[in-house]
Amino acid sequence: MSRNWTVKGAAVLGGTPRDLHVRDGLIVEAAAPDATVIDAAGLIALPGLVDLHTHLREPGREDAETVLTGTRAAAAGGFTAVHAMANTDPVADTAGVVEQVWRLGREAGYCDVQPVGAVTVGIAGERLAELGAMADSAARVRIFSDDGHCVSDAALMRRALEYVKAFGGVVAQHAQEPRLTEGAQMNEGELSDVLGLRGWPAVAEEAIIARDVLLAAHTGSRLHVCHLSTAGSVEIVRWAKSKGYPVTAEVTPHHLLLTEDLVRGYDPVYKVNPPLRTKDDVEAVRAGLADGTIDVVATDHAPHPVEAKDCEWAVASMGMLGLETALSVVQQTMVETGLLDWTGVADRMSVAAARIGSLQGHGRPLEPGEPANLTLLDPAARRVIEPKALHSRSRNTPFAGLELPGAVHATFLRGTATVLDGKVVER
Amino acid sequence: MTGHRSHLLSTADLSADDATLILDTAAELARLADRPIKKLPTLRGRTVVNLFFEDSTRTRISFETAAKRLSADVINFSAKGSSVSKGESLKDTALTLEAMGADAVVVRHWASGGAHRLAHAGWIRSAVVNAGDGTHEHPTQALLDAYTLRSRLGGLDGRRVTIVGDVLHSRVARSNVRLLATLGAEVTLVAPPTLMPFGVEGWPCSTSYELDPVLPKSDAVMMLRVQRERMDQAFFPTEREYSRRYGLQAERMALLPEHAVVMHPGPMNRGLEISAEVADSARSTITEQVANGVSVRMAVLYLLLGGSEPAIGTEDEGERR
Repeated sequence: MSRNWTVKGAAVLGGTPRDLHVRDGLIVEAAAPDATVIDAAGLIALPGLVDLHTHLREPGREDAETVLTGTRAAAAGGFTAVHAMANTDPVADTAGVVEQVWRLGREAGYCDVQPVGAVTVGIAGERLAELGAMADSAARVRIFSDDGHCVSDAALMRRALEYVKAFGGVVAQHAQEPRLTEGAQMNEGELSDVLGLRGWPAVAEEAIIARDVLLAAHTGSRLHVCHLSTAGSVEIVRWAKSKGYPVTAEVTPHHLLLTEDLVRGYDPVYKVNPPLRTKDDVEAVRAGLADGTIDVVATDHAPHPVEAKDCEWAVASMGMLGLETALSVVQQTMVETGLLDWTGVADRMSVAAARIGSLQGHGRPLEPGEPANLTLLDPAARRVIEPKALHSRSRNTPFAGLELPGAVHATFLRGTATVLDGKVVER
Repeated sequence: MTGHRSHLLSTADLSADDATLILDTAAELARLADRPIKKLPTLRGRTVVNLFFEDSTRTRISFETAAKRLSADVINFSAKGSSVSKGESLKDTALTLEAMGADAVVVRHWASGGAHRLAHAGWIRSAVVNAGDGTHEHPTQALLDAYTLRSRLGGLDGRRVTIVGDVLHSRVARSNVRLLATLGAEVTLVAPPTLMPFGVEGWPCSTSYELDPVLPKSDAVMMLRVQRERMDQAFFPTEREYSRRYGLQAERMALLPEHAVVMHPGPMNRGLEISAEVADSARSTITEQVANGVSVRMAVLYLLLGGSEPAIGTEDEGERR
């Protein structure tokens, strides 16, 4: 297949339409003689999306997702790079496991897979994993997280923050105070009482974020807050940034759109960690994303096999798919509401994520000389989300049956099309 | 409940008319207890499954008695020692029941929403009756409490009912607050702040951390069981302190108006939330609640499965059957 393209008349970052020329994996000034022309009238060109928070499940839970199926889903969603979370089985807490994941990503060829290393051995929260070995490995790990578990021991968190400074790393914290969330099933509030589900108080997230931004300030090290979900969390991060502390934060697409009211039917497809919150929280995270308090949208793509969700709420696994719907949800919640323009979307879904993850070659301007990692979006398209049509191995999308705006028309990874005419390219 | 409704999952689903119909039907069916043959053919040929994922002898027996008095075939299915303990899911258990042709499933589940999920996940077509799910609801308990209150106090409208104790973890309290409010009663919850639900301000009731000032204004006081496993979770300092502040002893019972009754859903911790003297007093409706439970559950099963015929025929007809 061609690696030389002319993308005719794409609105780069939603601006005035112009042509983009791709040759040998780079964006260039002039078209190659054998370039394949793509009519991009009406399409928006964005730098290839970068996800800071993806669960690819391999190794260990290949029944839910593999690196191959997950990266196909990523490409379908417009992503050219994903960070693969460490809570695999075995846990990605050694150079060997992170290199395995990284290599599987390269072999799949649908997007760059950048492994996240665990902060602690077995994500057990007791002693530091070999962070340096993972950083020095072929995978060049820069983000460390026990995601799914909070590094709740303040002294250990301090040490992790200090240690990763040696190689420019960042600790991505899953902010969940464990004692305050024992047995918690959904957001704590009137509805949790009505439903008889144990509440997950906002303060359990906010208390850890508050502690950690102070630790980040104290150590002078980089903290990244995973999937924050409450208005209070936004306020704490806003305050930390106003003080100049080295803190970044992410929000998921589902926390930008969905509220706890969906839990009323006890359908586990809405069970997620952190839980869906209130309308006020949704408005606060949207505002935080708009004003830059929240740096990135990260999917927290969390595939689960059917049986993990087709059961009682209490025993269901937490998590939702996100890669293939993220851009549409951001279009609906941020662009169509006037909170962000497409430049803002490019920043929150690519540029900032690549910066936080220290990814070279991603989140770059769509200018000559840059790697041709780009996404073409048809913003006028509307699609009803059908779980069966998704590329993930799992089907646990909370958006099933919902009509969302926007559809990815094409995705290019270093000049190679991974999605063309809205279809994932077979390799 | 009537015609358009196929499950009983929550008291929140019941209108005042629905609830009154159940209570009236229960009153009608209660007459059966006075007959020499305590059985009606109403649900002959129907199968009711008691699906219990959590132990509860009294609730199971109550439902079993109710179903048998209506001539239904009853299958008791306990999760303990069954395929469930070997890892079978609720879904697969449900599919088995569906294949066996159960008409109604009475489900007790340790998880909140268990009954709702069974009713709405598309696994079965049978009617589902919630016999207690996690800390969510126990609607037939609330109905039998309302029945007991109505028969003792002559009506519920404007009556003041005080519910005392571990409201936070109590499905009985949740169901009662909603149902009693629907039927016009004024409910006050009394508990230490640690055992008061987080969003209780939104409930249709008032609250108090003190029991003594509330008792003189109460027509009924419902004591909730304190689960002993809460002791080491710092919800209150000691049993002794709990009992002193929130337990109902004879001296405190004396603060109640003369006509007021004392209720308890059982099983009781005598000496903790209720003293033996109070539990055994003439004001206590505890055994009456058990008897009323059968009538109320008969009414529920009848209305879910029985169709539009009168619940009970004339005296003669009943005898003839």
